[in-house]
Amino acid sequence: MTAASQPTPRHIPDRLKSRLSRTLKSWEALLLVVAAAIFVANALASPYFLDPWNLSDASFNFTEKALIAFAMAMLIIAGEIDLSVAAIIALASTVMGSAMVAGAPVWALVGLGIGTGLACGAFNGLLVAGFGLPSIVVTIGTMSLFRGISYIVLGDGAFTGYPPEFGWFGQGYVWWVFSFELALFAVMAVVFGVLLHRTNFGRLVYVIGNNATAARFSGVRVDRVRFILFLLTGVMSGVASVCLTSRLGSTRPSIATGFELEAVTMVVLGGVSILGGSGSIPGVVIAALVMGLVTFGLGLLNVPGIVMSIIVGGLLIGVIALPRLWAMMRK
Amino acid sequence: MLSSLLKSREAVLAFAILVLVALIALRFPAFVAPSNLAAVFTDTSPLIILALGQMAVILTKCIDLSVAANLALCGMVAAMLNGMGVPLPAILLAVIVLGAALGAVNGLLVWTLNIPSIVVTLGTMTIFRGIIFLLTDGKWINAHQMSAGFKAFPRAAFLGLPVMAWIALAVVGCFALFIARTPLGRALFAVGGNPHAAVYTGIHIGKTQFAAFVISGALAGLTGYLWVARYAVAYVDIAGGFELDVVAACVIGGIAIAGGAGSVAGAVMGALFLGIIKNALPVVGISPFWQLAISGSTILIAIAVNARSQGKKGRIILKQAEHRA
Repeated sequence: MTAASQPTPRHIPDRLKSRLSRTLKSWEALLLVVAAAIFVANALASPYFLDPWNLSDASFNFTEKALIAFAMAMLIIAGEIDLSVAAIIALASTVMGSAMVAGAPVWALVGLGIGTGLACGAFNGLLVAGFGLPSIVVTIGTMSLFRGISYIVLGDGAFTGYPPEFGWFGQGYVWWVFSFELALFAVMAVVFGVLLHRTNFGRLVYVIGNNATAARFSGVRVDRVRFILFLLTGVMSGVASVCLTSRLGSTRPSIATGFELEAVTMVVLGGVSILGGSGSIPGVVIAALVMGLVTFGLGLLNVPGIVMSIIVGGLLIGVIALPRLWAMMRK
Repeated sequence: MLSSLLKSREAVLAFAILVLVALIALRFPAFVAPSNLAAVFTDTSPLIILALGQMAVILTKCIDLSVAANLALCGMVAAMLNGMGVPLPAILLAVIVLGAALGAVNGLLVWTLNIPSIVVTLGTMTIFRGIIFLLTDGKWINAHQMSAGFKAFPRAAFLGLPVMAWIALAVVGCFALFIARTPLGRALFAVGGNPHAAVYTGIHIGKTQFAAFVISGALAGLTGYLWVARYAVAYVDIAGGFELDVVAACVIGGIAIAGGAGSVAGAVMGALFLGIIKNALPVVGISPFWQLAISGSTILIAIAVNARSQGKKGRIILKQAEHRA
C-alpha cells in the first residue's frame, strides 16, 4: 500500500557466505535467542512458569492463531493478505453451533466447521483470483459479511451445550501434557514447512510474491495458486474454529475478535516480508512460541488482556520498524 | 452528455440512493419527512467526516484502520478534560490537536520507515484502544459525569439543523475546497495516481502521505468529541469496528483503493448510503444485527462494480507487483 520505492542497486558478493554463518545471522536465529531469553526471564520472574502443565496450558495461547498463521504466511509471501480469518472462525463456529442445536453428531460438527472455512476461503479466493479484486478490500468486506452473518444468526445470544466428546479437540490430551492442539500445531508446522519449502507449489508461492507479472509470463498459473492459498487459509481458519469452539464450549458472534491482527503479527514477527516474496515457516513457528511465551508470562504477572494487545500491536510495528531504523542509521 | 452522466460513478450512486429512499418511502412515507431526513443526515455526520479523512489517506495509496480507535481515544480525552472543568473551545482544540498527533504517528511510520500503512494502522488501532484502558482502568464516563454544555453543543439547533450536522457540512465544504484548490489537495491525487511522475514533478510522496494521515487523524479527533458528547458516554470500545464502515463508505463512494481517484461527492454519498441503510433497518423492521453483514456485502458489491467500471480486465490491482515488475 505504500508508494513504490526507487529500485536500489544490489551488491552481489563474489562468494556467498558459508551456510553456517548465514544460518547464525538469520532472522530465525535472532528470534530463537529472543524466545530463549523470554523463557529464562519468565522462569526467573514466576516460580509457577516451569511447571509442565502450566507450559502446556500456555500453548493454548498460540496454537489456534498459529494454525492460521501458517496459511497466512504463505498468503503474505505470495503478496496477498486475508483479514477475514477471525470472521471465518466466527461463521464456522456459528454453523457448528446451529448444527449442534439440530442434533448433529460430533464428526459432522467438525466436518461442517472445516467445510465452512473451505467455503469462505473459496469465496475470498474467487473474488481475489477470479475477479482480480484487491485482497485487502475484499477481505475487509468479507470480514464484515462473515461476522455479520454470525450476528444475524445469533444476535446477542450464544450457542452453548456442545456434547462433551466435542470438547476433546480443544481440551483433550494426546499424551501426558501434550494437548491435541499442540500436537496439531506440530503436525501442521511440518506439513506447511514441507509444502512451502520442499514442493513446486511452495516455490511458485515465492515466485508470485516476488514478481507476479514475470511469474505469469513464465507460465505459472498465478490465479490458481492464489485461489488455492485462500482455500488453505479458509480451511485452517475452519480448523482453528473447531479447536477454539471446542475449547471454549460456546459460540458468540464476537468469538475470536482480533485474531487476524495476532495472526498477521505472528507472520511478520516470523520474518515474513509484509510486501511478499520472502519468509519461512520455521520463522513463523518460533514467532508463535515467542508470542505464546510473552502473553503467558504477562498473564502470570496479572497483566490485563487489553494491555497485552498494546504489546502485540507494538510488536507488529516494532518488528518491522527496527530493522528499517537500523538500516537508516547505518547509512 | 447522457452517456457520460450514466458512466459517472457519482450519478450512479446518487441514483442508487434515490431508489433506496424511494423503496423505503413506499412502505414507510414518514421516513422521507424532512425532519426525519435531517435526523438521518445528523446521525451520519460522524461517518461523513471520517470518510473524508479516510479519502485523503486512500488517495495516497494508504489506508487508515486506526480512525475508530483514534476517535475513541480523543473522545475519552475530551470527556476527561470536561471532567476537569476545561472550557469547551479548549477541549475542541485539544481533541483536534491530539487526533492530528495520533495521525502523525501513523504518518511518520509510513513516511520515514516506509512501513505499509495497513500494518502500521492495524498496530496503532490496538495501541490507541489500549491507551484508553490505561488512562481509565476500563471505567466508563457516563452522562451524569459530563457537564450540560459539553453534551448540548452537538445537539444545539441552529437554523433548523443540529450543530453536529452543520459541522459535517462545514467539513465537507472545506474539504472540497482543500482537495480541489490547494497544492496539497492536488498532490494527494498525484501521489496515488502515479508516484513516479509525482516525484519528478517535485512532490514528496512521504510528506504527502504524512499530511493525509494528519488530516484523517484531526478529523477523527473532532469526531471523537462529537461522538462522546452526542451519545453522552465514553468507554474503551466506543465506535468499535467503525473503521470498517468508514472504509466501506469510501469504497462505495468510488474512492479507488489503489489510490489516485475519487471525489468528495462520492465519499459523502457513500457515507449517506450506509447511513440511510442503518437508519432504515429499524423502520423496516429488520434487526440491527443485520447491519454488519449488509455493510460487508455493500463493500463487496461496490468494489466489484468499481473494478468493472474501470474496465481493464485482468489488470494487476496490487500496484506493488506492477512496480516491482
